[in-house]
Amino acid sequence: MDLGPHAGFIIVAYAVTFAVVGLLVAWVAGDYLAQRRALADLDRRGITRRSAEPRPSGVKEPA
Amino acid sequence: MALIDLANPTRFLALVERVLPWLIAATVLAFAIGLRGAYLAPDDYQQGATVKIMYIHVPNAWLSSFVWGVMSLAALGTLVWRHPLADVAAKCAAPLGAAFTFVALVTGSLWGRPMWGTYWVWDARLTSVLVLFLMYLGLIALWRTIDDPARAGRAAAILTLVGAVNLPIIKFSVDWWNTLHQPASVFRMGPPTIDPSLLVPLFVMTAAFSLLFVTLHLAAMRNEIMRRRVRTLLLTQAERA
Repeated sequence: MDLGPHAGFIIVAYAVTFAVVGLLVAWVAGDYLAQRRALADLDRRGITRRSAEPRPSGVKEPA
Repeated sequence: MALIDLANPTRFLALVERVLPWLIAATVLAFAIGLRGAYLAPDDYQQGATVKIMYIHVPNAWLSSFVWGVMSLAALGTLVWRHPLADVAAKCAAPLGAAFTFVALVTGSLWGRPMWGTYWVWDARLTSVLVLFLMYLGLIALWRTIDDPARAGRAAAILTLVGAVNLPIIKFSVDWWNTLHQPASVFRMGPPTIDPSLLVPLFVMTAAFSLLFVTLHLAAMRNEIMRRRVRTLLLTQAERA
């Protein structure tokens, strides 16, 4: 493909866009792993949400 | 599922888990089709091959304003309806909007140098978009300054609604003032002024970037809900100790 005399500008524009999109995806994915790890760590230490604790027998699950 | 059910973070998380794989697949597919279209599209008779920059510049420019619009709706959700997920939505949209605005500014400059002979001019469209970018950064800084998410959400909501004044200024700047930036050629009264051979890939790329935003936004909201759960658990634990 011939991008003409301004090929450099086109290539840099796409490179910057791909880099920014890549950083966004990496940030969101990395943050997800970090939060999941933090919740799992708390769970291991026995620190859980009340709704996640096992219910005594006879108590119904909320709707 | 009624819309009000999504006010429950646990139900919202379950919905995100279900739709996210489909959204990721749709985004990848849309980018594959859009990039192929951009690659095969003919050169413009005036711009030559630099028209290919438009396939990334226009979608990002559109999203820069659209994301602030989403944040403004979320701000109303925080201040008026006190929806528990509204400030989560606003907080997670801000970095995405900043990134799209940054790409719009950089790709616009890279197009401007060969076409206008300059990377930058202080005309109304370029300046108002730069102001939008700075407002995004200000909003992100505000979220980081206030520790309590509820208080930060209310302050950010007010700033977001004040900043929404900039949206019509960006849109109509090319009509109200004499600018180097061309007037609207797609979203305008009357049909688009672009040939379909260039317009179709532009629409597909706009759809692809919009899907990317929805996907990343939902994923970032899921992360933020988990972060708040971690924070609440740690605070509760500290109170018990």
